[in-house]
Amino acid sequence: MSTREQQVLDRIDKARRRRPKVREERITLSHGSGGKATHTLIEAIFLEAFRNPMLEPLEDAAAFTVGTGPDTARLALTTDSFVVSPLFFPGGNIGDLAVNGTVNDLAVSGARPLHLSAGFILEEGFPVADLTRIVDAMAVAAQAAGVAIVTGDTKVVQRGKADGCYINTAGVGVVEHPGLGVATVRPGDAILVSGPIGEHGITIMLARGELDIDADLTSDTAPLHELAAGLLAVPGVRALRDATRGGVATILNEMAKAAEVAVVVDEQAVPVAEEVRGASELLGIDPLYVACEGRLVAVVDGACAERALAALRAHPLGEQSAIIGRVAEDPPGIVLLNTTFGGTRIVDLLVGDPLPRIC
Amino acid sequence: MCLGIPGEIIEISQERPDLAKVAVSGVKRTINIGLLSDDPPTPGEWILIHVGFALSKIDEKEAAAALEFLESIGKAYEDELAALRDSRID
Amino acid sequence: MRFVDEFRDADKARALSAKITSLCEPGRQYKFMEVCGGHTHTIYKHGLEDYLPENINLVHGPGCPVCVIPMGRVDDAIHIARRPDVLMTSFGDMMRVPGSGGNFFDSNAEGTNIRMVYSPLDSLKIARQNPDLRVVFMAIGFETTAPSTAMTVLRAAQEGLRNFSIFCNHVTIVPAIKAILDSPDLRLDGFIGPGHVSTVIGCRPYEFIARDYGKPVVVAGFEPLDILQSIYLLMKQLARGRSEVENQYTRVVPWNGNEVALRAIGQVMELRPYFEWRGLGFISHSAMKVRDAYADFDAERIFEVPGVRVADPKACQCGEVLKGVLKPWECKVFGTACTPETPIGTCMVSPEGACAAYYNFGRFTRSRVREASQHEHA
Repeated sequence: MSTREQQVLDRIDKARRRRPKVREERITLSHGSGGKATHTLIEAIFLEAFRNPMLEPLEDAAAFTVGTGPDTARLALTTDSFVVSPLFFPGGNIGDLAVNGTVNDLAVSGARPLHLSAGFILEEGFPVADLTRIVDAMAVAAQAAGVAIVTGDTKVVQRGKADGCYINTAGVGVVEHPGLGVATVRPGDAILVSGPIGEHGITIMLARGELDIDADLTSDTAPLHELAAGLLAVPGVRALRDATRGGVATILNEMAKAAEVAVVVDEQAVPVAEEVRGASELLGIDPLYVACEGRLVAVVDGACAERALAALRAHPLGEQSAIIGRVAEDPPGIVLLNTTFGGTRIVDLLVGDPLPRIC
Repeated sequence: MCLGIPGEIIEISQERPDLAKVAVSGVKRTINIGLLSDDPPTPGEWILIHVGFALSKIDEKEAAAALEFLESIGKAYEDELAALRDSRID
Repeated sequence: MRFVDEFRDADKARALSAKITSLCEPGRQYKFMEVCGGHTHTIYKHGLEDYLPENINLVHGPGCPVCVIPMGRVDDAIHIARRPDVLMTSFGDMMRVPGSGGNFFDSNAEGTNIRMVYSPLDSLKIARQNPDLRVVFMAIGFETTAPSTAMTVLRAAQEGLRNFSIFCNHVTIVPAIKAILDSPDLRLDGFIGPGHVSTVIGCRPYEFIARDYGKPVVVAGFEPLDILQSIYLLMKQLARGRSEVENQYTRVVPWNGNEVALRAIGQVMELRPYFEWRGLGFISHSAMKVRDAYADFDAERIFEVPGVRVADPKACQCGEVLKGVLKPWECKVFGTACTPETPIGTCMVSPEGACAAYYNFGRFTRSRVREASQHEHA
């Protein structure tokens, strides 16, 4: 490589490490997609203002200890808001997401989910029958996840706002597996995913009805606390994440950057359902960036990879789990993909949502 | 503007013969086949889809020929590799 | 996936790669340009350059219709979209192209209603569903997409739709290729010819390249094996001192193109006397506008469009990148002022723009990447 090219690459690396700054004057949709714009927003605005040691790791949940002396407990707290449209889709509705999403954030933090809160923002004119459907789904999901919804709030806003119904859930759990986190990730670790990717995101895109595509796809929304617990019984689990918006690619990038390691993925090994692949090709979208709502990404000690895989596969929600790659030392902060074709390329964070490609 | 995906014609619409349902890896979509009106496709044929329109038919014979060429290159390569393996200069 | 997976086979790629290497004259450097943005995307997405010997260089050309839209036209589109009764529809990769005041996402944040569509026909559906709104389709693309836009206008006319129009930014590929060939700073050995444009215009329009400029052209498909085979065919021509137009993409591209598609374009559109291409300047007879007969569907006639020419930012070197004179990392602002988050030029915005492709996919050298992946395979 020429010195000039190396200089430029170094400049890019430096620029990437610079203090994030939000350049836009107004919020755009890109800020909500989970990609670069979102991260910049979080770091430059929220982290700047709220900075404290529990927030800084920016993991799926925050962990802290309560109590003194012999009577302490380590708790995890998380929150998530749900604004999906359409509210009802194959595989569930916004209520399922609201419960499962928060349960999962706790589960991947090594916590046993205990209780949830549920705040509703309802649009004037929203059918009560629809609200009932959503809330019933939440009750069923909560029961399946072994949690109780113990407190909540309701607001109604004028017609035209809130897209029918927005839900925020917060959850608290007891940390039973402390020490999980990207800080422990190191070269040689294996990366596992608990099932086929991209099902939720594609289902939602198709359910919006604008694309005129018919597919037999359903959202993969599911509570992963049991799956996670089964996996955590195996030694050597370093970190767990649930792959939501931004997809698996975003999770892997976050891990690579936080742990300053390289993540090398084998394209062949990544499970993708035929129809997700077909729809993605049709739209020109990469399934690696498409949201899931019921998939774990796990980093485990390389020596324990097979045991971890077996543990995941033992659970119905993890039947199609796969080892998709390894952690390497170099180049740090980068996710590489070994393509089915035999070449290698970089999988970077997207700026905003994956935009359908025409070309 | 290049993204073209191969799809298989499932059925032609009765009321609108310029529309057809196609399948791509099990995913179905209705597309407009008006650009192929000189030689309309029939169910079972494959076409190239671009922004909701069929741009061209996929010629299965040509596709087979292309693959055959690639196979032959592959075979020649394998043969060479085998020959290399088997030959010894010591 | 049929007709896709078979053309992504790694073993065949290695075989082709060996054949290509065997045709290389020792000490000679080869420079091929792939014109299509789609080809650029495939090359980077599949790490194709790993399969080529060091002395073959691929140069990325201006066949990315999103990349060549000048900032002034984006501003014009936003100007139309600012009208409260206008709903603009656009392809996805157009949404992030920067005008002088931001892109379509930014302008939506300020109140415009610009919606992403997958097909121009979706715009008709939206127009039917919203009779009080005027739906304007941001029509972009080379000859690949122009027929679809034309068919959509014909359909709208047939239905008597009164609230639909297009903002026509279709461009044609041949003038761009000619501008490259006439460019003094570029010495190319051959072209990986446009794939899907050729399904419409056929292969004849490229004959002038072989005949008048003596450069071989191979019309190529979009799977990695297609591109490798096309490079192999180019090398074969060079080895035999030939310069001809060849069709590698025979399963899809008819030599004479698609008559119906060409007729549809001709019925609805005609060539503009000249059009500005970002980075390439004004090129005559290189873009389409709506014919008088379809004036009711021409957004430029229905709405007042400022038509202000916006010069590219001084730092932007998109033009040279588009012509293949500069590699992405050779641009002074690549990676610093110009990144995918803060793109100055369109080469960085569109996923097929050479800069975006390189930044997102190819940022590390072949050897460094090979090292890392070998370590992982070990």
